Amino acid sequence: MIEARLYLLQRGSAILLAPLVLIHLGLILYAIGDGLSAAEILERTRGNLGWAAFYGLFVLAVAVHAPIGLRNLAREWLAWRGRSVDATTLAFGLVLLALGLRAVWAVIGVGAGDGA
Amino acid sequence: MTDETLTVEIWRGKDTGRFETYQVPHRKSQTILDVVTWIQRNREPALAYRFACRVGMCGSCAMTVNGRPRWTCRTHVSKIVGSGGVRIEPLRNLPRIKDLVTDMTPFFEKWQAARGRFEPSATRSEPMASIPSDDPERRIVDAGIECINCGVCHAACDVVTWNPDYVGPAALNRAWTLANDQRDGDRAGVLKAVSEVGGCHACHTHGSCVEHCPVGLNPTAGIAGLKRMTLSALLKGSLS
Repeated sequence: MIEARLYLLQRGSAILLAPLVLIHLGLILYAIGDGLSAAEILERTRGNLGWAAFYGLFVLAVAVHAPIGLRNLAREWLAWRGRSVDATTLAFGLVLLALGLRAVWAVIGVGAGDGA
Repeated sequence: MTDETLTVEIWRGKDTGRFETYQVPHRKSQTILDVVTWIQRNREPALAYRFACRVGMCGSCAMTVNGRPRWTCRTHVSKIVGSGGVRIEPLRNLPRIKDLVTDMTPFFEKWQAARGRFEPSATRSEPMASIPSDDPERRIVDAGIECINCGVCHAACDVVTWNPDYVGPAALNRAWTLANDQRDGDRAGVLKAVSEVGGCHACHTHGSCVEHCPVGLNPTAGIAGLKRMTLSALLKGSLS
């Protein structure tokens, strides 16, 4: 049953990520195209709950999606099975989650260090 | 056509061995199985291969022919020989026994792992189940039930090669027919079995099974159906 659960989580997070990635890429093009400086971007994002929710969800979906895919790859291509591959990919997901949330905090958090 | 000669290479040995080349008379309406049989009777009495019905029903004569898994009794030489010859090997993804014969044990063990056997819901003293032939579930079963267990899809599937746990398209196709069979007494058990490691969720939807199935079945569609069914059961809490 764990396989069905992981399948659901990976497909569900993929469905979430599809629009989120497109908006994220569009946002990058918009920010670069308009020549916004880092300070101008931070001015817009600091304390903005909308962007906090957007990127918080993005990070969560990535942290769910990527380790499940890596686990599948490790099992098929490296013949790495058992608890060690589960634990390693779970740890990878937690690292992604921590790094991602830290980045969200740096961009959105009021009072987070400038230029973070 | 009778004076033409075919150049046929056949695998001799087990995991280690060599291709041996034979010259075989090319006849009209000649199948690959005819070629193998001619070699065994006329050139190589010790050649090991497997066949039974010769008419595409028993599923025992599948081999790899020019790189593709095929049912040899229904594969005409003229359809696969271009300018080159014929190269015949045992099926992929199964242990080899000798020459063209593979051990089908893991194939059928995987059927069992996918709960690919009928569990009766009634005894013989009860009346026969009456299911109309146009019943939607029965139609799904009918679409997948004609599998001849030849192992061609199993040999064609790259996921079977990569993932030794994967039960393969034939076992999952059988599970799909049982999951839709109203007479089966443990349809939830089928969904549980195919949700284990190596079950339907391991399929990458390459579609090689559909491409190679000699009787035109679509195991990929059945596996996709099992994925939908298991997810629905999971969300309803009936998969545990």
